[in-house]
Amino acid sequence: MDCKIVGNGSADIIHEIEKLKLDKKEIENRISKLEAQLKADEAVQMKANQACSSYDSILDGHAVSSNGLTPGMIYRYSRHLLLPDFGVEGQINLAKSSILVVGAGGLGSPVVLYLASCGIGCIGIVDSDIVELNNLHRQIIHPEAYVGHAKVKSAAAACRAINSSINLVEHNQALQASNALDIVSKYDIVVDATDNLPSRYMISDCCVVMNKPLISGAALGLEGQLTVYHHKGGPCYRCLFPTPPPTAACQRCSDSGVLGVVPGVIGCLQALEAIKVASGIGETLSGRMLIFDALSSRIRIVKLRGRSLQCFACGDHADFTQQSFQSFDYEGFTQSPMSDKARPKLSLISDSARITSREYKDLIDRQEPHILVDVRPAHHFKITAIPESINIPLSALEDQISLVDSYLKEVAKDSGKSASLYVVCRRGNDSQRAVDFLSKNGFPLAKDIIGGLESWAQDVDPSFPIY
Amino acid sequence: MEKETQDFSAENCPGEFSGEHNLVGVAGMNSEPSVKIEVLFFAKAREITGLPDISLQVPPSSSAGDCLKILLTKFPRLEEICNSIVFALNEEYAPDSIILKNGDELAIIPPISGG
Ligand SMILES: [Zn+2]
Repeated sequence: MDCKIVGNGSADIIHEIEKLKLDKKEIENRISKLEAQLKADEAVQMKANQACSSYDSILDGHAVSSNGLTPGMIYRYSRHLLLPDFGVEGQINLAKSSILVVGAGGLGSPVVLYLASCGIGCIGIVDSDIVELNNLHRQIIHPEAYVGHAKVKSAAAACRAINSSINLVEHNQALQASNALDIVSKYDIVVDATDNLPSRYMISDCCVVMNKPLISGAALGLEGQLTVYHHKGGPCYRCLFPTPPPTAACQRCSDSGVLGVVPGVIGCLQALEAIKVASGIGETLSGRMLIFDALSSRIRIVKLRGRSLQCFACGDHADFTQQSFQSFDYEGFTQSPMSDKARPKLSLISDSARITSREYKDLIDRQEPHILVDVRPAHHFKITAIPESINIPLSALEDQISLVDSYLKEVAKDSGKSASLYVVCRRGNDSQRAVDFLSKNGFPLAKDIIGGLESWAQDVDPSFPIY
Repeated sequence: MEKETQDFSAENCPGEFSGEHNLVGVAGMNSEPSVKIEVLFFAKAREITGLPDISLQVPPSSSAGDCLKILLTKFPRLEEICNSIVFALNEEYAPDSIILKNGDELAIIPPISGG
């Protein structure tokens, strides 16, 4: 900065010195703040790299009664201690245990909250996602203030607010075959609270090679499932499902929807199973599957097959090692991505049969005679739609193909020109399937809108609702 | 909840099944004309069939595997999931070969992966 001191002599100089001193102080403050932050980050990283040795650090120099609990613990967990089947021993087992929760979403929210409240000595949380507003209806651990921030940060803050006496480790990364052995090795028990099939196979395999019990929960729509895998000689995920289902890619909450409380119910039950495994009380869901049907308010518990001797991962002759685990291609095996963001883009039809959302806007402005067929399911169409578009769901297109013809004729009659046919869907995959079908069934000039309504919202109409 | 009763005994059952099962009545120990079971669909199976459950009449001495084949003729799209399901008879894991009895409850449980 250039400072020119003109006239008035010493008063100006003194003033300038004071100003510079203030600047200096502010800069020094900023330096020490940044240094402290660096130190804290390093400490977190170091903690993450250490095995989660929980119990001693919880005691943290407090006087311990002869039963192994501090007065603070006795008061805080007194309602646990009063349970004859749980008691002091159960609580000490919780304090000594470390649990890794994979996923801080709909399932992970209640899991992590309950594990923190109940005094698990060390809780690790793995997730690479950030909190989004459309998560909050079910991911009850995250407040609005954390929208846009890392889920692990938000979840850990919520846990600290509930129980400052436990250890929390934030793994702000996606769990993958490359880092899973390292992370999982630091914990006694693993909770699968993820939202996708490749992660489920990967976590189960990891628990087999690292010999950890796995509390696995899942929820979609109005249904939930819960099982304890690889525990006391019970089956693993692959014992039950040696072949992944082929249509897994579209079985996500972001596609199929989920009633918020359903993962909440399953997550609470996962926390319960984790507490039972950690404390050593009761009979877990090893070898059984709990099936929750929210619509009919029914819970069924199905006895599962035992461990499969032919299992690829845990069978008697399985040759599945830590090395083979690390090099296994889980996304290839399940034909579906681990990340919700990496959606496979279909390219079924030629570029000449496609237009961009901007091009579509131009032809509206030119008043080109046309119809726009929206092939999303009817309940999607009710959420939002481009004005004047006609809803014919892809599944009904074959039966209602004559409708397309009559709409086209109507527009042609009104305008005196021939009308063109455009197709749109949510993201631009189903619209290609529709154009493919239409082109083979009498509508060779049908075109779809690339990127669907998402690109319409992004490139043409920012006020168009996205979901 | 709506229930649909499907009669798949002998004459209604197309293809090789009807022939095979017409003979079963003679060989079988069961004197009843057919066995009525309840099939429960979960997750993707429910989505494909559009039903939470159906009552099914199967020929006597049908196995769980036979029943699945009958279901596949009625709901061909079940094919896409039939290699990755938990099959439970009366809330317990059952091999395909197990013979169905009157009043049995067969659950078809594909895995769900959401969260
Ligand atoms: Zn196994």
